[in-house]
Amino acid sequence: MEPISVIGTKNKKGQVFTDPRVMMRDAPRTPSFYTGSEVIKEAIRRASIDVMIAYPITPQSEAAALIGELFAEGYIGDYFRGESEFAVMSQCAGAAFGGARVFTTTAGPGTMRAMENFPMWAGARLPIQCIVTCRGINSPLSIQPDTIEISYLMQTGMLVWHAETAQDFYDWILMGYMVSEEPEVHLPLALCCDGFFVTHTKDVVDLTPTDMCLPPYDPYRSPVPCMDMECPPVRMMRDPFIMKSNYISYATHASWQQEVWAAAERSRKHTIAWLNGLIETENSDADILIVTSGTAVSQGREAIRLLADEGIRVGLVKIKTLRPWPEEEIREATKHATHIIVPEFNVIGWMAKEIKATIPRSERVVAGPRVCGGMTMPPEIIVEEIKRALGIRSTTLAARG
Amino acid sequence: MSLDYVKFTPGFEQFMPKEYRDMVEHGPFGKKTTVSQMGSFKEILEEHPMCAGCAMTLFIRLAIIAFPNPEDTITVGTAGCGRLAISQAAIPFVYGNYGDQNGVASGLSRGLRLRFGDKPKDVVVIAGDGGTADIGFQQVLHSWFRKERFTTIMLDNEVYGNTGGQESGMTTRGAVLKMAPLGKKFEKMDMVTMAKVAGCSYIATVVPNNPRRVESVIKKAVLIARDIGPTYIQAYTSCNIEYAIPTDKVMEDAKTVEDDRYKFTEYVSDEAKAYLAERYGYKEFVPKAPVAVTTA
Ligand SMILES: Cc1ncc(C[n+]2csc(CCOP(=O)(O)OP(=O)(O)O)c2C)c(N)n1
Ligand code: SF4
Repeated sequence: MEPISVIGTKNKKGQVFTDPRVMMRDAPRTPSFYTGSEVIKEAIRRASIDVMIAYPITPQSEAAALIGELFAEGYIGDYFRGESEFAVMSQCAGAAFGGARVFTTTAGPGTMRAMENFPMWAGARLPIQCIVTCRGINSPLSIQPDTIEISYLMQTGMLVWHAETAQDFYDWILMGYMVSEEPEVHLPLALCCDGFFVTHTKDVVDLTPTDMCLPPYDPYRSPVPCMDMECPPVRMMRDPFIMKSNYISYATHASWQQEVWAAAERSRKHTIAWLNGLIETENSDADILIVTSGTAVSQGREAIRLLADEGIRVGLVKIKTLRPWPEEEIREATKHATHIIVPEFNVIGWMAKEIKATIPRSERVVAGPRVCGGMTMPPEIIVEEIKRALGIRSTTLAARG
Repeated sequence: MSLDYVKFTPGFEQFMPKEYRDMVEHGPFGKKTTVSQMGSFKEILEEHPMCAGCAMTLFIRLAIIAFPNPEDTITVGTAGCGRLAISQAAIPFVYGNYGDQNGVASGLSRGLRLRFGDKPKDVVVIAGDGGTADIGFQQVLHSWFRKERFTTIMLDNEVYGNTGGQESGMTTRGAVLKMAPLGKKFEKMDMVTMAKVAGCSYIATVVPNNPRRVESVIKKAVLIARDIGPTYIQAYTSCNIEYAIPTDKVMEDAKTVEDDRYKFTEYVSDEAKAYLAERYGYKEFVPKAPVAVTTA
């Protein structure tokens, strides 16, 4: 039996449920000058969200509050402020278990406070979307941009994408639900950006029409039963596996973990179609490549311009998805490179480590420059790192007035 | 749930496992079964891996029989002994993380209300004393302050049972348990008063050796939570293993504890009383006709 389609019908705000492909690819776009936080609001306006749960933490507080305005206007089914990030993520889980499309946002210490929930979401196959506007998690307390929290999220089983610009953010929020909710994927998505740089700066973003929105979430496309008691009364469990120290118990846990990661793998083809590839390359035939994600990519672009002025040709690989990790794509894009420069906004260099573990001849990787704790990354330090790798002397930045 | 689900697809009857046939033919769905009928119908909870003689199991069994609308009830639990039984019931059991059951239930009950509107879907949290009063304290209290409409049941065995007998906030003062080698230093937490302060519409304390009373409080709590506000039941459900209670003395212990610190108490807010009287015909809550006062 063909399900009855809602496409073409209107929601209570008069928005038309639109085929997502039409909405995202064919519909006219209006250039608009917005902050990243406002862009999140505009994407959510069009995302047919049932439940959003908020908690204040810089730099996502503004976006989370703006979505409250959307709720007041009637665009969102339910919205409230939880009592901590751990509670918020549990509340999000509950709403998703009940078959709702759920959205939330967090950052830095909030991500860490909530951490126990993320592998739980993945294991329970809840396609919640969590925006992560990265900030420092170090002591003493910092609110500044720093991407270290992403390295923790990457091990949770969630899909993890890293937006460079507000435009990425706008498109990926909407596309993210389409990928996450695929029956063969059905996983949560951590959609990350570098706090402040993306959330608090203004940019021109091409928005889809306000009167179009995504079709609502259909919880019966989930690969696991929706907890709404709309199913035959089977006993879902016999002998809770936690009780058993035997092979069947271990095998059950092991195979489920493998299935969660396999589901992330299966998201590849959908993500490639929506995001036009897991990576984006420019001049990847160059000997020298900058390979990174987030706003480090933007700084890389500037460095490439500066170096071009000096006659040094440098290519770029922008990594869009961290989970699934674009292993093949990175290997292919870097196969001719002699120097692979990995600029990062964190102290440990998780991106460089991932790339080293992916490519042959990993000594080609220059794990830097790295800044952290809110330090900016002037393109000049990327230029300097490249020159140093090439054995070209440059005036040090420290010597500058 | 549409009761149509509790039917066989025509032609498939003979292929369904006996367990499933029994659930469809003799289960409680769509019927108003009571604890006095125990033994004459297929129960939603049967097998469980909990310790022999555990009073918690008896309480959970009674509570599930008492659900007023099992075909539309979802349970939420957490780590602890109780989940080992509840997760084997023939109604959904949601597990998030240890101690976050009231957060999960808040989201769940809101999500279900969005999707199903006025059609009641009862959300019932069942969690241990550690899960409720210690690690889950913040989420429990906040769900009450927010007036989330679901029932919270604390299975109070006055100890962390599942991890092998550590002191909890609900342990009585002086008890020597693991992690309290010199005896517990502070009083048993007064969660009942906290429930009152936080605005629960119905609060009761019970022990499992009075099945009809257990049934009565569970029914009221679940019905009130549908429309009026949060409800809280605190049940003494002894841990015979950690407190070394011989299995044949479990009921005797419950009686002693009932007399000592677990007397039956029940608080029903005025709004909840009016609701039970009007909506569900509870005679004891129908306001008495005012006595005519004549003044000379
Ligand atoms: C975050 C976290 N901390 C600790 C545990 C370990 N843990 C599992 S069950 C349990 C004790 C349960 O005690 P209680 O809530 O009183 O329930 P009971 O087993 O006594 O019924 C603990 C501490 C856990 N699962 N998760
Ligand atoms: S440890 Fe105690 S509470 Fe847990 S099942 Fe055994 S007797 Fe019951």
